[in-house]
Amino acid sequence: MAAMIEVRNVSKAFGGVQANRGISLDVAKGRITGLIGPNGSGKTTLFNSIVGYHPIDEGSIKFEGREISKLRVPQIARLGMLRTFQQTRIYGKMNCIKNMLISVPHRSMGLVEIFGDHSAQELEKAEHLLEFVGLYAKRKLQAGDLSFGQQKLLEFAMALMNQPQILLLDEPTAGINPTLINGLIDRLKRANTEFGITLFVIEHNMRVIMNLAENIYCLAHSELLAEGSPETIQKDKRVIDAYLGAH
Amino acid sequence: MSISRRTLGLYGGIAIASLVAPFVFDTYISQLTVLWVMVLFAITWDAMGGQMGYNSLGNIFFFGAGMYISAVVQIGLHYDVAQYTAAYGAIKVDFTQAQYHVGLVLGTIVAALGSVVLAVVLSWVVFGLRGPYFAIGTLGIALAAGELVGAWEYVGAGSGISLPVFPGEPEVGERFFYFAFFIAAVLSFFFFRWLYGTRFGLAINAIRDDEEKAEAMGIRTMRYKTITWALSAFFLGICGSLFGNYNIFIEPLEVAFATVVFGIPMVVMALLGGKGTLWGPVIGAILYHVIKEATWKYFLGWQWVALGLLIVVTVVFFQQGIMGWAQDKWPELFGIEVEEDSAEGDREAA
Repeated sequence: MAAMIEVRNVSKAFGGVQANRGISLDVAKGRITGLIGPNGSGKTTLFNSIVGYHPIDEGSIKFEGREISKLRVPQIARLGMLRTFQQTRIYGKMNCIKNMLISVPHRSMGLVEIFGDHSAQELEKAEHLLEFVGLYAKRKLQAGDLSFGQQKLLEFAMALMNQPQILLLDEPTAGINPTLINGLIDRLKRANTEFGITLFVIEHNMRVIMNLAENIYCLAHSELLAEGSPETIQKDKRVIDAYLGAH
Repeated sequence: MSISRRTLGLYGGIAIASLVAPFVFDTYISQLTVLWVMVLFAITWDAMGGQMGYNSLGNIFFFGAGMYISAVVQIGLHYDVAQYTAAYGAIKVDFTQAQYHVGLVLGTIVAALGSVVLAVVLSWVVFGLRGPYFAIGTLGIALAAGELVGAWEYVGAGSGISLPVFPGEPEVGERFFYFAFFIAAVLSFFFFRWLYGTRFGLAINAIRDDEEKAEAMGIRTMRYKTITWALSAFFLGICGSLFGNYNIFIEPLEVAFATVVFGIPMVVMALLGGKGTLWGPVIGAILYHVIKEATWKYFLGWQWVALGLLIVVTVVFFQQGIMGWAQDKWPELFGIEVEEDSAEGDREAA
């Protein structure tokens, strides 16, 4: 399977703190890839590097064969690579429908389109996706008044509205009621199979990531520690040690 | 956007009252004229501060810039501007009806476009700033412009420029400017009303709520910010051009770049009425103007204290403003409600 994202030898330091050191990994097109590791191991930094949030010190990041390490966040987003935030971010003073309508792809939006109104298809799609995540009844409420878990679902629906090729999810189940997690796993899998979106997921909940991902990378101490299927990762002694603090 | 009968009635009522007012209350015509100036100020400020979340304290810059651009164009059509200003009013302009109106229209057009150009150029500087830094940066522009123009001999420096007087009866001139400001304010209201209903409106609301998220979703934030700033400048440039002619005389600190009299009240009016809402700035402007005129009449000597108090009370205790308060109190009236009827039902029926 072809790689959608190729990360090669990426390093990033903040002052004296080396957050990522010589990391190389591939995110396979059309699949769900996981990224795990103890707190502070550099997962979110790697995400930020990939989506262009900050420049990298060395290495190369390719998206569909194109070097993107010099591009900025909105440019990369318009190429079709989107991320959700660990601390959920939605547009709090707008209602859910408006949150969805402004999340349409901005790749080809010219000066004329930005002064136009949304189309009927866009509205229908927005409502359909809100229903998909179970927020249809609350579509006219201000997004900031939703619970944290609901905001997370809304952020996910907004990402789908944008029709990305790949979605980078930073802890999608953190803060979500455990009874809702199964439903969310199911929706993530459907986003992958039904909408054909490649997923790259940071997750702390081992049950979730083992269930979801087909291939998992594990970071520890800013470096890539292990790679493999959920079964191999679960049995890997280095991974277990990293989580239990043997290092 | 469909217009309901009630909305139509509201607009009709306002239109009739506005058309009749200068004839019925003709002793108050100058106050009524400035009321429309205030309404335009509040609407254009709210596009930036209320809808996009960029609290500009320097929007008055475009008002002053438009005023000076228009003055230079109007005088320059018939005189050498440097000679004219150097004479300190010794050269008396005597324009015919046609000369006056051609100059006014041409000056206003150039003022509007010139303000847009200035806004685009300045956007490269100011939109590198966020939050309070943006507010202070824009305030700096307005203050600096007042000082710079005050030292610029070509436009009369601190002594300002005298502008041609309206040709005709003074009462006709007063009504002429009343309706000029009325039309400018109404045009800006309907323009921004339309704008907020488009994708553009959603985009600037998204920038207000979370600019970083908007960027992460691929929105070209800089483009939206620059255009919003330029649109505000466009209407303020028109308003400035008209105000210079209405006032007959312009000078940098008290008339053109009048931060205390006009610049700060722009913010207060929008906050008072409810920023980020369509009607909030209009209501705020009317309320502010009435309070201001009342304090001038009944508390002369204390008027700035009274207005200062109003600003403090608004900013500290009543930030959401009248419309914001109403929205919190009666959310259903603003369409904020849980609707249990599902899209499934609609779709199955279809």
